[in-house]
Amino acid sequence: MMDATEREIANRRLVRKLLGVVAAACVFAFALVPLYDVICRVTGFNGKTGNAAAQVEHATRVDTSRWVTVEFVGNTMPGLSWEFHPRQSSVRVHPGQVELTSYFARNITNQPVAGQAVPSVSPGQAAQYFKKIECFCFQRQELKPGETKEMPLTFYVSPDLPENVQTITLSYAFYRAVQ
Amino acid sequence: MTTAAQAHEAHHDHHPTGIMRWLTTTNHKDIGTMYLVFALIMFMVGGAMALAVRAELFQPGMQLMRPEFFNQLIGVHALIMIFAALMPAATGFANWLIPLQIGAPDMALPRLNNWGFWLLPPAAILLTLPFILALFGIGDGAIATGWTFYAPLSVQEGIGVDFAIFAVHLLGISSVMGSINIIVTIFNMRAPGMTMMKLPLFAWGWLITAFLLIATIPVLAGAVTMLLTDRHFGTHFFNAAGGGDPILFQHLFWFFGHPEVYILLLPVWGFIPHILSAFSRKPTYGYKAQVYSFWAIGILSLVVWAHHVFTVGMPVPALLYFMYSTMSISLPLAVLFFCWIATMWRGAMSFETPMLFATGWIILFGIGGLTGLVLADVAADAQYHHSYFVVAHFHYTLFAGGMMGMMAGTYFWLPKMTGRMYSEKLGKLHFWLTAIAFNLTFMPQFFLGLAGMPRRIPDYALQFAEFNMISSIGAFILGLSQLIFVYNIVSCIRGQGEKAADKPWEGAEGLEWTLSSPPPYHSFTVQPVVK
Repeated sequence: MMDATEREIANRRLVRKLLGVVAAACVFAFALVPLYDVICRVTGFNGKTGNAAAQVEHATRVDTSRWVTVEFVGNTMPGLSWEFHPRQSSVRVHPGQVELTSYFARNITNQPVAGQAVPSVSPGQAAQYFKKIECFCFQRQELKPGETKEMPLTFYVSPDLPENVQTITLSYAFYRAVQ
Repeated sequence: MTTAAQAHEAHHDHHPTGIMRWLTTTNHKDIGTMYLVFALIMFMVGGAMALAVRAELFQPGMQLMRPEFFNQLIGVHALIMIFAALMPAATGFANWLIPLQIGAPDMALPRLNNWGFWLLPPAAILLTLPFILALFGIGDGAIATGWTFYAPLSVQEGIGVDFAIFAVHLLGISSVMGSINIIVTIFNMRAPGMTMMKLPLFAWGWLITAFLLIATIPVLAGAVTMLLTDRHFGTHFFNAAGGGDPILFQHLFWFFGHPEVYILLLPVWGFIPHILSAFSRKPTYGYKAQVYSFWAIGILSLVVWAHHVFTVGMPVPALLYFMYSTMSISLPLAVLFFCWIATMWRGAMSFETPMLFATGWIILFGIGGLTGLVLADVAADAQYHHSYFVVAHFHYTLFAGGMMGMMAGTYFWLPKMTGRMYSEKLGKLHFWLTAIAFNLTFMPQFFLGLAGMPRRIPDYALQFAEFNMISSIGAFILGLSQLIFVYNIVSCIRGQGEKAADKPWEGAEGLEWTLSSPPPYHSFTVQPVVK
């Protein structure tokens, strides 16, 4: 049996260890933020696509043996009073073939407004094979009152796309840009 | 309290009287009592909110309140029941019983213990204050996102969310301090001869709960802190426009939220075997199997969280992983069910109130567990997600599995704590009213969910009217019959009822029954030796 001071010391030591666990759990909570982002990017969970320009080199290898349908969707989120929609609702491409399409945006308010488009690809497993070379989502877009704008998008679908994916949907959610 | 006990106290030390006694106490029995009384009060407050919800749902159409207020009620009802009723009740029992059961003079960290309790009342005030402020035109009421705080809704809402965030911070700090205290007490304060594998199952259940709490509460605290900075300090953790992701919040929340289910249940799984064994007059069956099952469930609970968000759009491999891992929890749980039933098998059973609650608990919690398996199935969940089936399921696990377990424990140890026997007649009446009204309330909700009624709505389609009416009637019977429970407890505390023997239950085992009823203010100052 421990005497009182021995027990006091043992208690303190254990409390310190347990506080260490609590601190580690706090760090873990915040580490999950970048971790989650990385996991989503690598695996394409959640339909996350890279939001930076892709290299064109793959484009030389065009797989003419099959077709992929790419569908386009555009939505504005609450707080952004823009008209926003794709110019064409879908396009048929060969994997590897570079394609140009565009979205239409109009600021229907009487104030200049900046927006940020956030892309998402469905099905999620196709996200990593969808490569954007040039996209209006790479930077903030600012529209003056009543201004209209064609928003171009240059992309290709990687020839490595799994055979079972025949249709890819690209969706943009346009948010009011945060300062 | 008897004069002998008072004389005993006075002999030991001169603690302050009146309110200062309770504000400054470091005695584990005083603090345990405060936790239990607080939990009982908040149980009634949260219950009143549930009754307001059921009153609104009594008939289709908007009857009594605005939809915004309805949304506030369901969220605050859940937060109160989980954080301010069930968890404090479990901590109260831990404070009262663990030192008595392991032969310790008190908890290891008595001052931390006091602080842990006194964080709770401010947290409860923070949760409910927005309701009152709204009456004076300040803010637009309490948090209306449901208890899950999902972003982006919680980023956009009014000050109710801020109040709830700070309440969760306080409640979290309180739970973490309570958990550290319990772990240190169990590790360092056991009586000589009380090895870990002789530890009462209640202490074992709590030990694992405490570990789960210190591992997951900080994640919840982190998530709500991110929410707070998103709301006020321009960060974009959950804002897609700023590069964040609202789905991240759901993962952070449920990383805490699923272990939380077992945090609430493990203490109950801990004391049910004590009750079953006492009233079956047989030793607990499969002690080791139960301890290992506790561990298995505790560890598994940390890696299954995404079954709460099956419909959010996950790839098939992730869905399959979370489905199989969730279902695998039913294996150690089945071991526990087997042990509980085997403990009663061929025992000389008698059905006093604690035993009624314990046996009724096995059946009702079993229904909760089995319907959980249905929801763990990805294909079935696609249909039942966010329906009343889920509401019914978690009330079977948390009201039957949690609260009714707490009631079993209350009736079992109330004579020990107060030194008085409760009214057996009223206790039995309380059980039967609770069990029947509980099923009347929640069984129809399974069918409502199967028929497609979504949860968290104040109005519903006409075809759901009959079942909702039955459910509301059941809820009012259920709510009102809890007044019997309160009456029974209050009359014991006030010293009515016959005096309890040191060991009021013939078959009860454990160190706490070797003490007088009520136990002296300072017990086991000389530690007993366990053979």
